[in-house]
This record gives sequence, C-alpha cells and structure tokens, in this order.
Amino acid sequence: MNNETVFIAIAIGIGVLSLILAFIAVQNKSLSVSVIAAGVVSLFASVLFLLMAAPDVAMTEAAIGSGLSTLIFFYVLNKIKRYNA
Amino acid sequence: MEYFDLGKISLLIGFLLIIIGFWGVLSQKNIIKIIIGFAILNTGINILMVSLGYIRGRTAPIIDSAVEQAENHNVLNSVVDPVPQALVLTAIVIGFGVTALLLAYAMKLFRAKRTLDINNFNDLKW
Amino acid sequence: MLRNLLIGLVLAGFVFIFYNLYITYEPKTELTGIAAHYAEKGAVEVGAANLVTAVVVTYRGFDTLGEITILFLTASIIAFFLKLSKVDEEKIIVHRGTSELLITASKILIPIIFLFGAYVFMNGHLTPGGGFQGGAIIASGVVLSILANPNRQINHNVIIWVESISGVSFVLIGVLGIFLAGGFLDNRILGLGEFGTLFSAGAIPIIYSFVGLKVGAEISNILNKYQKSQKES
Repeated sequence: MNNETVFIAIAIGIGVLSLILAFIAVQNKSLSVSVIAAGVVSLFASVLFLLMAAPDVAMTEAAIGSGLSTLIFFYVLNKIKRYNA
Repeated sequence: MEYFDLGKISLLIGFLLIIIGFWGVLSQKNIIKIIIGFAILNTGINILMVSLGYIRGRTAPIIDSAVEQAENHNVLNSVVDPVPQALVLTAIVIGFGVTALLLAYAMKLFRAKRTLDINNFNDLKW
Repeated sequence: MLRNLLIGLVLAGFVFIFYNLYITYEPKTELTGIAAHYAEKGAVEVGAANLVTAVVVTYRGFDTLGEITILFLTASIIAFFLKLSKVDEEKIIVHRGTSELLITASKILIPIIFLFGAYVFMNGHLTPGGGFQGGAIIASGVVLSILANPNRQINHNVIIWVESISGVSFVLIGVLGIFLAGGFLDNRILGLGEFGTLFSAGAIPIIYSFVGLKVGAEISNILNKYQKSQKES
C-alpha cells in the first residue's frame, strides 16, 4: 500500500463522514448539536486541505473556521437561551 | 486507479457540500440554522477552489528539502498550483467576517421581536 | 407545498449543472500560464521560500489590501451594532465561577500562545504560516483570557492603537514601494538577503507582521464585543 492509495482512502472516509455531519447539522432540531456539527465539518475540511498539499490553507481553516466561528455561535446561543426562544 | 483521483474526489465533496448548504439556507425557518447553512456553503466553496489547483503526485508550494529531492531539482515540475491557495486564504477570513456580521444582525433581530422564526419578520413585505 | 416544490426545483437545477461540470472535468497535469511564471521566477524575484506568501504579499498585494479593508469594515459595523447603553456598561456578569483548572492553565498558556502567534507571522516567508494564521492564533489567546475571567476589561485603547498603526504602516510601506522600487507593495525596497534565513525576502516579514497584528487586533475586538453583549438586558 503505497502513499497514494492511503491518501485516497482517507479522503473517501473523511468525505463520507463530513457529508453525513453536514446533513445532521441542517436537519437536527437542537441548535447546539447543529453548531458543533458545522465545526466538525470545518475540521474535516482542514484535514482534506492538508491531503491536497495546501498547509497554509489548512492552518487558516483550522484556526478560523473551526475555532473562532464555533465560539461566536455559542455566544449567540447563550444570549438566546436566557430568554427562552 | 485512474478514476480515483484525489482532485476528482475533493471536487465531488465540494459540490455536495455546496448543495447541502444551499438546501439549508433555502428551507430552514430558524435564523441560526440559516446562518449555519451559510457557513457550510462557504466551506464547500473553499474545498472546491483548492481542489482545482491540485496536480497529481506533486508537493506543497514551499521550496524546501522536499522539493529539492524531487527529480531534476526543478520547482516548475514538482509543486502544485499556488494561485488558488492564495485566493482561498483571503476567502476564509472574509467568510468568517461575514458570518460574524450575520450573527450580530440575528442578535439584534431577536432583541426586537423575541423570536427567531423568519416568518415573523415581514415588515418589509408588501 | 409550493415552497418545497420550488426549493426542489432550484436544487435540481444545481445538481444538473454540477453533474455536467463533474463529468467533463479533466485534472491538470502541468502548471500553465501565470502559475508557471510564479513557480519559476518566484524564488529569484521575490526571494521567499513560501510561494503562497510571495503570491499573497507581493504579486497579489492589492487583493490583500482589499481584504484588510473588508475586515476593518466588518469590525467597525459589529462594534456599532453591539454598542451597550450606559446602564448596561457598568453591570457585572454574575456567573457560577470559572473552574480552577481554567484559571491556572490560562496563566501558563497565554504567553506561550502569544509567542507562538508572533513566531508564525514573522516566519511566514519560510514555513507555512503568515499574517492571517498568526493573527487568528493571537486572537485565540485573547479569547482564552476573556473566558478565564469574564469580567476582565480588555484595554480598549491598546487594541485601537495597534490596529490603526498597523493599517497605516501597511499602506505607507506600499506607497514607499512606488517611490523606491517597482510598484505598490514591491518588496525590493530592502535588500533580498540570503535565501532561507529570517532576514530575507526584502520587506515581506515587515509587511506580513503588520498584517498579522492588524488581523489579530480586529478579531480580538469582534470577540470582545460579543463577550460584552452578554451583559445586555
């Protein structure tokens, strides 16, 4: 098993998982689950960027898309939950 | 194994994430869900753009020992395309800015009417 | 019912377009056009080992200026929207108390995070990294300090001055490039130095450091406004 088939197998696995999680993010009734699912989609996209030989883009997506964006969503959810929407 | 190319697989993943994101934006009623769909749409578009620049069998566009160990020490024949990566770098940061702005609007809208259902905000409809 | 039908129609249209694009796609096998020029001449003309940094800062520097402008506009609109009234500003957030683990760990981790962020944006031309990544890491450090103590007042003046001075210096270095070298944001105003060391690639470390500080300050400002909006009644 040389390097290339391992990369393709990982990419297929990550792709299937991220599509399932994106579907869960849109369909689920609970808002917290949706936000975390969107964050994990972003994390898997970062690994996919690394497999495609783009380390700068992977670093940026992991820091901004998966970390700070999820944090801002949780600030808004905290504000809403207090007033029982 | 010619059909299973990493570029084509990533292209398919990008297209499907775009469709799921669009479906989320168009069909959901909760404003926060619409914004989550928008974030997934952004991620899908970025994956699409980076996968267009991938060339099979080559390495990252940084001139270091990995490039120098490739055959005939030639940068032109051993790196992937650096231009889509530069554009996606900017696009990710701008996507984060737009998401933050949308969430600030959502907080203000919630403060005005105490509900997050988008069917209640029909002040501008004729 | 009609709404679902229309949504299905729009999505079916997209599926049709994407299917046609996917079937007739052939992956590239060679670098062509302008990417070939950047790959061949990048190391010689710009002197940076990281080709993506060379493209973002020097060859496409004007797009970076536009992106910084958009980020600045976003930060200022969010600061305008989430402005608190005078009564809310003086309230104290009542919370259950942050855990001991978080407070102690944040005292050790925050200087290390700031140091790592500064390392990433100063070495953007040699290793993967650069201004945007370093700025995001610095903003993560600021958020950690806010989470450890929710009532901490970040000194607003420091953020404003860092952001303004970085932005103005970025444009000034760009204009200096017009007078002393080839064009706007040309990095040959300083010497190109030896390939692969820290003080190489002309003015790229300086330009990218200013970009990193500006992005870090702006994202910290956005997150601080979101934290303060929790006090709103």
